[in-house]
Amino acid sequence: MKANGSRENALLRVEGLRARIAAEGGAEILRGVDLDIRPGEVHAIMGPNGSGKSTLAGVLAGREAYEVTGGRVTYAGDDLLALPPEARAAAGVFLGFQYPVEIPGVGNLYFLRTALNALRRSRGEEELDAIDFLSLAKEKMKLVDLDPAFGTRSVNQGFSGGEKKRNEVFQMAVLEPRLAILDEIDSGLDIDALQVVARGVNALRRPDRAILVVTHYKRLLEYVEPDHVHVMAGGRIVRSGGPGLADELERTGYAWVAGAAPEPAAAGARS
Amino acid sequence: MSTAEQFKELADQKYRYGFVTDIEEDRVPKGLSEEIVRLISRKKGEPAFMLDWRLKAYRHWLTMQEPTWANVRYPKIDYQDIVYYSAPKQQKALGSMDEVDPELRNAFRKLGIPLEEQMRLAGVAVDAVFDSVSVATTYKKKLGNLGIVFCSFSEAVREHPALVERYLGSVVPYTDNYFATLNSAVFSDGSFVYVPKGVRCPMELSTYFRINAKDTGQFERTLIVADEGASVSYLEGCTAPMRDENQLHAAVVELVALDGAHIKYSTVQNWYPGDAEGKGGIFNFVTKRGKAMARAKISWTQVETGSAITWKYPSCILQGDDSVGEFYSVALTNHLQQADTGTKMIHIGRNTRSTIISKGISAGRGQNTYRGLVKMMKGAQGARNYSQCDSLLIGDRCGAHTFPYIEVRNPSAKVEHEATTSKIGEDQLFYCRQRGISEEDAVSMIVNGFAKQVLKELPMEFAVEAQKLLGMSLEGSVG
Repeated sequence: MKANGSRENALLRVEGLRARIAAEGGAEILRGVDLDIRPGEVHAIMGPNGSGKSTLAGVLAGREAYEVTGGRVTYAGDDLLALPPEARAAAGVFLGFQYPVEIPGVGNLYFLRTALNALRRSRGEEELDAIDFLSLAKEKMKLVDLDPAFGTRSVNQGFSGGEKKRNEVFQMAVLEPRLAILDEIDSGLDIDALQVVARGVNALRRPDRAILVVTHYKRLLEYVEPDHVHVMAGGRIVRSGGPGLADELERTGYAWVAGAAPEPAAAGARS
Repeated sequence: MSTAEQFKELADQKYRYGFVTDIEEDRVPKGLSEEIVRLISRKKGEPAFMLDWRLKAYRHWLTMQEPTWANVRYPKIDYQDIVYYSAPKQQKALGSMDEVDPELRNAFRKLGIPLEEQMRLAGVAVDAVFDSVSVATTYKKKLGNLGIVFCSFSEAVREHPALVERYLGSVVPYTDNYFATLNSAVFSDGSFVYVPKGVRCPMELSTYFRINAKDTGQFERTLIVADEGASVSYLEGCTAPMRDENQLHAAVVELVALDGAHIKYSTVQNWYPGDAEGKGGIFNFVTKRGKAMARAKISWTQVETGSAITWKYPSCILQGDDSVGEFYSVALTNHLQQADTGTKMIHIGRNTRSTIISKGISAGRGQNTYRGLVKMMKGAQGARNYSQCDSLLIGDRCGAHTFPYIEVRNPSAKVEHEATTSKIGEDQLFYCRQRGISEEDAVSMIVNGFAKQVLKELPMEFAVEAQKLLGMSLEGSVG
């Protein structure tokens, strides 16, 4: 398989990752995930509800609601799991949220400028002043058809579902991550909104950037064509393949993976 | 103490009066008695009406009980263990900023207070070039030309006794409540403002520009009178984290807005809240009230981040027709701080309007209570009130409480009340951190967003400091 090509080139390397919900008696959700992603690649993870897709996205970004119980994650050669969420962001990891969070009273652009400048500071770069930032933001807003009036509204507050998702892609465009994990960026979108979001994501594809798309439906993948498709079930990646795998899933549904899940030997992303 | 005993004591004190006159100390002995009240008045060289007023207050105070209805817990205050008067302290001037407590210096730096102001606050000897008094003198002249009186309360009693006698106690009578009555008997000093008819005060008045503003002490009294059609904006506040030795503070603020006058009163309070275990810290029992005559407007804005105990209800008596009252408040409690704060809007006149926006923030083991009364009197035809009380919780050991009291005696009056309680969620923090913002900055940002509706009411330079204060007051409250 292509993803298995040259291991040393991987931007993200996930090996035997196990995680559970960080609470007394919290269930184990990831049960040994293996995945390699190289710069320039777009990977899609599909799977039924409860298969662990969003958990994987959360664990990679450092969500404290999960506790890693085994395995390793290497990002650009470093131990990703040792870093707090803000340090992962500084290293170029971006998570597009399935449910973007509202922050009342905090202006959308103010929030984003604070984030961008925090990232720039941590990289030893100079902060952008309000004027330079505004011209950057205006340009990037066009990518996802956001109205400039949007910038002064409170973060995600009163946004429609589509606006929230476009805002996530807009943030990604401004923060320019090396690894973007987009968690169900397509959920709740009508076809027009989906196309706008997909166009934005496609515009951000670059040879030095990797994108991991988590989705329940194939629909998004018609617009954002992945290099690799993985199927997740029961906390593992049970099958990996090319773009054609998504078509196959569309035909067969997820019923078959229930049976495939408990057989890790037959699965593995790096077969 | 029984009433009989109190009267006996009163009688005894009167008897001892002659004895006390000989005392020439700058600091009177601990404890409160009629002779102490007389001594304070005499030391300040007050006219007879002032002494009479103080004595009436003192005698009334003896008949009162300390209130216990507030949602705060604190050790019993021994009122005989307090020194009620000391001459303005001559603080030993420090040679340079290097001698100032590094923690205080650090706080100044974070607040972005200019160096000259830092030196003044920390008690560093100020170079002639930076002499703030000369700045104050300049402003005083400018105000004087417009007929505006802005001076210490003591000076007002001496220089403008007729104004003081006319308005003192006209909004907060000496019988008002336990702490206000105590203040009326023993108040040390404070501020006095009078803006004549039709004059708009051209600058924000702040104690910073007032000569002899230092050491007004723990029983401060402020009286602001805006005559017909006048307007004034007054800033009260210690925005620097000054350590104060006085544990009990019982201040009184009275605002009088005559027909068509506007008074805006802004406070940023950051007194010592006590340490993380709740030791030390100021007990702040304040009575603030304004009276608005026809078409007048009184607006209170407060940001309360300090003190161990806050007991404070800036209120408006909307006496005249078409008068307007506003109350914008942010109260933050962290560690073991307790705040019971809110407002009273008393609608008497027709078509009176009031707005209440209260934002309570609780962190650590802090307890935050909103207590507000909206009262529509019989004659308040067409009166309206809108109240919004929002609480924000940080962590799971703090508390938020809301006690809205609504009394409506006029069927045409309208009262609206909205309340929300939310928690800074893991989700919000994670969202910010995922974008690269540190946890501390994220909390500060979320809290400031929550308080924005109130902060935007503050004068610009105050708003900036208040924002920084909110962040600083929450340091170490998460993670």
